[in-house]
Amino acid sequence: MNLLHLYDRPAVYLVVAALLLAVGLYGLIRRRTFIGMLIAGELIFSAASLNIMALNHFLAPDPSTGQIFVLFIMGLAAAEVAIALSIIIAVYRNYRSIRSTELSELNG
Amino acid sequence: MTTFPFSDYIITGIFCLVVATTVAGALVAALSTRIIRGVTGLMICCLGLAGLYYFLNSPFLALMEILIYVGAVCVTIIFGVMLAEPDEPAGSESRSHYLLWGGLALLVSAVVFATVASLSLHGPWAAPAERVTDGSIRAIGLSLLTTYSMAFELISLVLFVAIIGALVIARAGRTKE
Repeated sequence: MNLLHLYDRPAVYLVVAALLLAVGLYGLIRRRTFIGMLIAGELIFSAASLNIMALNHFLAPDPSTGQIFVLFIMGLAAAEVAIALSIIIAVYRNYRSIRSTELSELNG
Repeated sequence: MTTFPFSDYIITGIFCLVVATTVAGALVAALSTRIIRGVTGLMICCLGLAGLYYFLNSPFLALMEILIYVGAVCVTIIFGVMLAEPDEPAGSESRSHYLLWGGLALLVSAVVFATVASLSLHGPWAAPAERVTDGSIRAIGLSLLTTYSMAFELISLVLFVAIIGALVIARAGRTKE
């Protein structure tokens, strides 16, 4: 296996994207505060974007489709962060805490 | 036309550096105990991702990644860190609980990584027959204004509604003295 031209193989990008997805999942399960879970969610978004870009660059006939798709993902991620942070601030104002274990009023 | 000596080695070295930056940033973002370090890790990860997009022949997306993620998303999260107190007090969890959730998270992420990585390593990837566009910024702009114009308008509507919604939600608890 030739290690030169490593940047011309789709598998390298896909494995990096899989690693980002796995690390994001780990953070999403492990974190106990909402902001930490939000950061892990952003990692999962990045994994999806990288996967789409790699497959589009190497396998699709139209290279601009994937770029537009990833641009839309970035817009959605920005909207998601704005909404999530405002919810976090509203929760902090009511409970004086954003730890997910302390918001257990609906816990049966 | 002569090429620069060792240019292949230099490009491969830069690519390995970019991949290492991405992976290290992601690990810092998920594993650090203090949240502000996690946000910094996300920033580093996004810088590495911008480099990967550059290697994938789209400098426009690399620019947008730095502009939107590092410039807007991470700064907004830092505002959230300032307004709430996200750090977990040390020793608030019992040891068995800690081990249980850590082991579960590690197991789930390892299984997901192994499955997806083996699929992507053994997949029958075939190159496309021909490219219909060159993927330049001009091609992106043309298809944004023709094929994807409806989605483009909808995403601007989504961003507008998100801004209004964020203002309404974050304002709800505030009353005048």
